[in-house]
Amino acid sequence: MTRNRHLQVFLLIAVIIATQLATMLTDTQHYLTQLTMSGYYALVIIGLCLLIGYAGQISLGHAGFFAIGGYTSAFLTTYDLSPVRDKAFIVLLSRMGLLVSTEDLYGGQVLHLHPWAAFLIAIICTIIIAYAVGGPVLKLKGHYLAMATLGFGTIVYKVVLGTEGLGAADGISDVPGFTLLPGSEVSGKLSQRITNYYIAWGLVIFGMVLLLNLVHSRVGRALRSIHGAEDAANAMGINTGRYKLNMFVISAVFAAIGGVFLTHYNGGIGPSEASIMKSVRYVAIVAVGGMANLWGALVMGSVLNFLSLRGYFGSYDDAVFGVILIIIMLFTPEGLLRRDLFSDIREVFGTGKDRGERA
Amino acid sequence: MAILDVRDLNKSFGGLQAVKDVGFRVTAGSIKALIGPNGAGKTTLFNLISGVLSPDSGTILFGEMPVQGMKPHQIAEKGIARTFQHIRLFPKMTAIENIMIGRHTHSRAGFISGMLSLPGTWKEESRIRNRSREIMEFLGISSLAESESTSLAYGQQRIVELGRALACEPKLLLLDEPAAGLNMKETAEMADLITKVRDLGITVLLVEHDMSLVMNISDEVIVLSYGEKIADDVPLAIQKNAEVIRVYLGEADA
Amino acid sequence: MNIELFLQYLVAGVTYGTIYAIVAIGFNIIYNTTGIINFAQGEFVMLGGMTAVTLHAFLPLPAAILSAVIITMIVGAMIEITFIRWLASPSVLRMIIITIGISILLREIALHVWGAGVKALPYFTGTAVSSISIGDVHISPQVLWVVGVSSVMVICLNLFFSYTQPGRKMRACSTNRTAARLCGINTKNMVTLSFVLSAGIGALAGCVVSPITYIQYDGGTALAIKGFTVAILGGLGNSMAAVAAGLILGILESFSIWVMPTAFKDVISISILLLILFVRPSGLFGSKEAAQLKEF
Repeated sequence: MTRNRHLQVFLLIAVIIATQLATMLTDTQHYLTQLTMSGYYALVIIGLCLLIGYAGQISLGHAGFFAIGGYTSAFLTTYDLSPVRDKAFIVLLSRMGLLVSTEDLYGGQVLHLHPWAAFLIAIICTIIIAYAVGGPVLKLKGHYLAMATLGFGTIVYKVVLGTEGLGAADGISDVPGFTLLPGSEVSGKLSQRITNYYIAWGLVIFGMVLLLNLVHSRVGRALRSIHGAEDAANAMGINTGRYKLNMFVISAVFAAIGGVFLTHYNGGIGPSEASIMKSVRYVAIVAVGGMANLWGALVMGSVLNFLSLRGYFGSYDDAVFGVILIIIMLFTPEGLLRRDLFSDIREVFGTGKDRGERA
Repeated sequence: MAILDVRDLNKSFGGLQAVKDVGFRVTAGSIKALIGPNGAGKTTLFNLISGVLSPDSGTILFGEMPVQGMKPHQIAEKGIARTFQHIRLFPKMTAIENIMIGRHTHSRAGFISGMLSLPGTWKEESRIRNRSREIMEFLGISSLAESESTSLAYGQQRIVELGRALACEPKLLLLDEPAAGLNMKETAEMADLITKVRDLGITVLLVEHDMSLVMNISDEVIVLSYGEKIADDVPLAIQKNAEVIRVYLGEADA
Repeated sequence: MNIELFLQYLVAGVTYGTIYAIVAIGFNIIYNTTGIINFAQGEFVMLGGMTAVTLHAFLPLPAAILSAVIITMIVGAMIEITFIRWLASPSVLRMIIITIGISILLREIALHVWGAGVKALPYFTGTAVSSISIGDVHISPQVLWVVGVSSVMVICLNLFFSYTQPGRKMRACSTNRTAARLCGINTKNMVTLSFVLSAGIGALAGCVVSPITYIQYDGGTALAIKGFTVAILGGLGNSMAAVAAGLILGILESFSIWVMPTAFKDVISISILLLILFVRPSGLFGSKEAAQLKEF
């Protein structure tokens, strides 16, 4: 089983490199922009997949966490601290090397927090909010859970939309690049296009490895048992409440990391990233991928987001995801990409031997 | 020495008093059966002991420790494992994975070490798997290890569920109708397994309708009727108890 | 704050509250017969209003509204027949996702048919500036229309459920679906009827309120969340309590403008929803034990 998992990850790496080479050979390097963006959305989706498919908890508010990550980072790296640069606290931050100065569009100097510091603060904020919200919300089930997460998502959306300091309807722009290592920064600069592609998909690989490990660990087994029969899981000594909450927080952090990086990559973030439609879209993709199927979620997440970002769905973008949701849930609620599908097909052709090992 | 000491337990649902002033002791290393007509409060009592419900009043001492009102997972950690009247195996998981869940309280790997897949967690995983194999061997179901749990025959599912509870290495094992839905041969096999489990030193408290099973393997029997205890004695005495015969054996077809 | 302003806020609160109550009743009707929360409930209101605006170009106002309500009812029936009727015991999660999909679909259709702009019917009587004075308060006649039409609707629904054959059958379904089926009631038709009814009242509410609040293709979600808040506040399934809860939420929201910027109005009502869900999911008027019996 472990070898199988390693093989899958190597295949993923190969596909990522092959895709980049393909864009180079076919002179379609401009596709890399959307491929990079769908990588960050894929991060949100694989985290959500674990929450919905394995822990069995729906969230209709994950765009909220994406936005919390993105907005926190955007705000902290654009808020000009020069007017208060003499305050003791700011001086302290500056001495610690946490402040950087960048030039804005009009040539003025903007003194702001270092992106790494902003990133850490964004993640810590997300963790705190996720625990605070998840604690009471995950005690709910069914319609109540769905509505409560939808409510949380709406609150985040309305807050970023209504707060002047966060740019209200325009969002935050002019977010500086995020220098990970000297010479490679997360930003929309043309010279960094290939680097950014690999940063995004490197993160996806890293995230997939973490989550695949988790699925095949004691914790993953416990999560699946909660989904299967919560009362029995409880009787086996599993603190189901805590497991659900931790999973919720981990998926929120994945969403927030996606949010932070995409914001630096795009150089800004707007309220539409927090909208309910985004949250629903993430759920739709997890559903198409087959709920408890990380690889399915990753594949569908990359493909559908890429097509959507390239504008293939035109003005029917949201409608496409609505239709996908309905069709998948009506006809194949286990998702499109599932192992059984292949074994079903095999059985139809009379070669159904034994069923393959599940992911 | 009593491993479980239940005193003056009460539980009512709205106007219905499901368990009324019930008290009893279970001797360590024995098999005790809980019988009574339908609606006598047996399952409620089980749910109170395993923490699914909390009592309105009364105490439950496990060892020397009061455990009433604790959450089910906390009670499982203390060393009380249970099976369910309606089999509650985890679907979409193999038989051995189900039993591996039972090792939960005896393993530690959390979210972080699980995600990083540290060497310590591999060793723990293989310990969990080996121990689960041993348990399956003990119960004679090794051949079922890789089958999907819910696709097994009913009798096999009962044994897997027993294995899952055993994997917790409990001091006290609660079996809720372990022979329900089994044929005579399977019931006899189940009786053998339960005595084998007792011989490991695990105390067993079971709810059961099958009188032959109860009378054959139990060291002591408690009879409940309408939430009240009406007898608590060795099987032979229970069979002769006039009150029991009137409320229970006389009415039931046993 | 002077008394006049206070009363104006109160009136605004009652207007919005009435609409929330109607949406909540729509939730309850479907929930009672099916156990489903229809996430597309808010879209019925939008659809009714939009259709009426379009029809009003050719038809006099009463005819336009009547046709719009009937059209929305047909849409409701079609939704139930196409997406819900033939599913055998679907899981709650599946139904949530399907009705969300339906709501997106209706919204996107509305966007392509009517565009992204706001629309409104004209004031039923008088104009935007005309008002009726009661003491010191000046009330737009449309407010009276909203409250009046909604009250009549609630009364009619009550009569329908108490005294008519289909109404009684629907109540039987809500008490025990299996038993109702065994008594020879066609429960599937009752489910369709529940969609038709809640589409109809939603559409009518959308028509009467549109001159005051305007309608836009994406207005349904916010209405659905608030309607759900009200349904929960009153106790899911309890339509009479929903009226009281609707007024409470509407008035609270209206007065919240007093302490917070208007942009955060929705934040207030959703916070109330979360608070109620966390603290008292059986609602203000519901009993805890009854709530436990419901399948969530």
